[in-house]
Amino acid sequence: MPEDFRFRVNGESHEVNCEPETPLLYVLRNDLGLLGTRFGCGEGSCGACNVLLGDDCVHSCDTPMSVVGDREVTTVEGLGSASEPGVLAEAFDREQAGQCGYCLSGILVTTTGLLRRVPRPDESQVRVALDGNLCRCGSHNRIVRAVLAAAADSRDVSASGELG
Amino acid sequence: MNPAGAQGGSALSPSLVSSPRLGDWLEFAADTVFVRTGKVELGQGIRTALAQIAADELDVELGRIEVASANTSSAPDEGFTSGSLSVQHSGAALRQVCAEARILALGAAATMLGVAKSELSLANGRFAAASGEVNYWNLPMAELLDSHATGAALPKDPGDLRFVGTSIRRIDLLAKLTGSARYITDLRLPGQVFARVVRPPGRSARLVALDTTSARALPDVVAVIVEGSFIAAVAQREEVALAAARLLTDSARWQVSETLPDESDLVTFLTGATAESQVLLAKGEQTEGAQGKASYTATYSRPFLAHGSIAPSSAVAWWHDGLLAVWTHSQGIFPLRAGLAEALNLAESSITVTHVDGAGCYGHNAADDAAYDAALLAIRLPDQPVQVVWSRADELRWSPLGPAMRVQLSADLDPSGHIRSWRHEVWSNGHTSRPGAGRETPAFSSYSLQNRVPLPVASDPPLARGGGSGRNSVPGYEFPNVEVVTNRLTEMPIRTSALRALGAHLNVFAIESFMDELAKAVGVDPLAFRLDQLHDPRGRRVLLAAAERAQWGSAPIAPDYGRGIGYARYKGTGAYCAVVADVEATNVLRVRRLTIAVDVGLVINPDGVENQIEGGAIQATSWTLKERVRFDRSGVTSDSWESYPILTFSEVPMVDVIILPADGQPSLGAGEAAMGPTAAAIGNALAATLGVRVRDLPLTPEAIVAAIEA
Repeated sequence: MPEDFRFRVNGESHEVNCEPETPLLYVLRNDLGLLGTRFGCGEGSCGACNVLLGDDCVHSCDTPMSVVGDREVTTVEGLGSASEPGVLAEAFDREQAGQCGYCLSGILVTTTGLLRRVPRPDESQVRVALDGNLCRCGSHNRIVRAVLAAAADSRDVSASGELG
Repeated sequence: MNPAGAQGGSALSPSLVSSPRLGDWLEFAADTVFVRTGKVELGQGIRTALAQIAADELDVELGRIEVASANTSSAPDEGFTSGSLSVQHSGAALRQVCAEARILALGAAATMLGVAKSELSLANGRFAAASGEVNYWNLPMAELLDSHATGAALPKDPGDLRFVGTSIRRIDLLAKLTGSARYITDLRLPGQVFARVVRPPGRSARLVALDTTSARALPDVVAVIVEGSFIAAVAQREEVALAAARLLTDSARWQVSETLPDESDLVTFLTGATAESQVLLAKGEQTEGAQGKASYTATYSRPFLAHGSIAPSSAVAWWHDGLLAVWTHSQGIFPLRAGLAEALNLAESSITVTHVDGAGCYGHNAADDAAYDAALLAIRLPDQPVQVVWSRADELRWSPLGPAMRVQLSADLDPSGHIRSWRHEVWSNGHTSRPGAGRETPAFSSYSLQNRVPLPVASDPPLARGGGSGRNSVPGYEFPNVEVVTNRLTEMPIRTSALRALGAHLNVFAIESFMDELAKAVGVDPLAFRLDQLHDPRGRRVLLAAAERAQWGSAPIAPDYGRGIGYARYKGTGAYCAVVADVEATNVLRVRRLTIAVDVGLVINPDGVENQIEGGAIQATSWTLKERVRFDRSGVTSDSWESYPILTFSEVPMVDVIILPADGQPSLGAGEAAMGPTAAAIGNALAATLGVRVRDLPLTPEAIVAAIEA
């Protein structure tokens, strides 16, 4: 039976009525119009649909609405916009880290989760964190460089913040 | 500079010959230049490259150029976006169109201002004289462009270009990084419904029974459509369409036949199937070992490969007032329209096909199939836009595959250790079965299910257009006696079509592996052996550049490390590419670094070229190390990323790309040049490290252990 769900996405409250087993992915895309989260495999094995649930990175394609609860959902739209991109998106653009771009939403979300846990990752930590995100165009090395550059930028920002 | 450019004629690009009207390519409106192209964005950055070309030739700011989505009602018909020809063909056409538009505008501006053309200067879209100025948007451009290209205006010299040759950032990337880009799966038209197709358990399965009651009973289900062996569920909500499709899958009863070959013995299949043989080249005579110093022979193979797009294929169609509108990520909107017209018995004039970005396709995946699915369902459900999205499993099981191939090479050496005679024979299914007019049956997966007819057998483009099975089978080296033969299979138990580089992947792997084997046999360094027999200066230049950067000849950095080289000029007419691979090889092969030198002629966007070459090399590394489509006698079984693994972030090698200066040469496409040389360099590095030669791809731990034990 359909149920009402109240939950928070990118800092805003939402209410939807759907079957409890409905994957979060379809609610985000079709009920909330947040189409930046991509469908890749529906089996939790490519990372294209990754979102943050609290600080945990999850596959929204196999996360049913019934487990979302009161944890904040963060999608790629919550990380910045084309006019005001976040630190990661800017670093990816500088490195031209992408070709078709379909995997990028999930990769930006996964690396956001990584940087929350490990603000200063080394290259191998970045690669391991992204092993669950598939990229077929071969932009991997640019993506890794962009993540490391963004982590360095964030350090600069926080360092100057402390000084200021 | 003189905006009139130079006089004289130039040969028109093929794209311009088929669509000569200038106004089909350019429109000036709202202070913007709208560029229309028949080539489509596949993630290769073509929109950005074309914008750079147009901005330079027209002398307008890059920000004023907008490259429109290709659409059959307004774009020039440029056939397919394939074969690394977009910059070569579309870029050349657009450059010519813009050069002619600039000259026409200059004449009109002179008339309007009452000055001589020579008194005008052009910058940022403004034609200025001492007495005043006008810009493109003040001029009657629509009228001026209602004429055909003549080839009379000469494009600018490369030295006068502002944007071409610079690494402008991709104009579409920031939207793709912030979730605001819209792909085909993100299209949401008013009243749109969601469809899922239920596909059979095997290639030749026939539907014998289906109970649709429970699927139809789900709330929000719009329709269940069953025709022949084609089954689809359509619903108001996407997850309901999925749930209905699962119920239909559970209830369908199929008669499954075993029609596929034995996956563990592809050689028997490839050499035993009926085939059409063709001699692509016969130069001199074959000595077959009779007169030479020695005679050598070896065979190489690759399995079937999947495109592996990160997004499954998708399409939207809308049937309204007897007109069909289709949105697709197909590589060929005009051929797709022709194919749809034939399959659906409609006039082409009643169909509009619009390109929408999809994930990278790397060839003919299921994009066109999904378009037919959506069109078929839309006609059954008038006035409701229908979106079809394939499942991951169906994309891996049912989309066309890159054909399995086998190559047999034999050679004789002369007393000086050079190759005297060379013979190359290929066995492969055809490398193209794209939809279009004139096929024996329409080339859509669901048409075949619906009408219970086989799909048309894949063919090969002629060698003059790059070839398919025979692509890069003619060696680029100077051998006095050469014979090249292709055997294209005329039976197709597993559906095949174009995968990035087509036959060049295995042909180059084979040629370049064999070159190393022959070099070893005569005790010559593999690089020196190649240079001795390669006269093309551009080929020699990329080999030397890659070797120098990779420190060819220096000792490997550790005991389990080794180095290999591979080279080809793509299609024999395209970009030059040499790759040096540094690998670590025990019983597992790890590619640590690829050093690549390319010559793509005039570079539009250096970082774009680097990105294409780097991406191609990484994808080729994935094919070479890991990829193999698995199947049993009834169907493909590698239907997930677990059963069809591709290279992950931790496995990706470092890639260093050197782009050589153009030296006045025209642009050559970059997208496919690295595939064959990368595979060959890795195989050669493995052989250099372990002393064993693995000739059958992929180079998995099992294959390496088997070669060591053999």
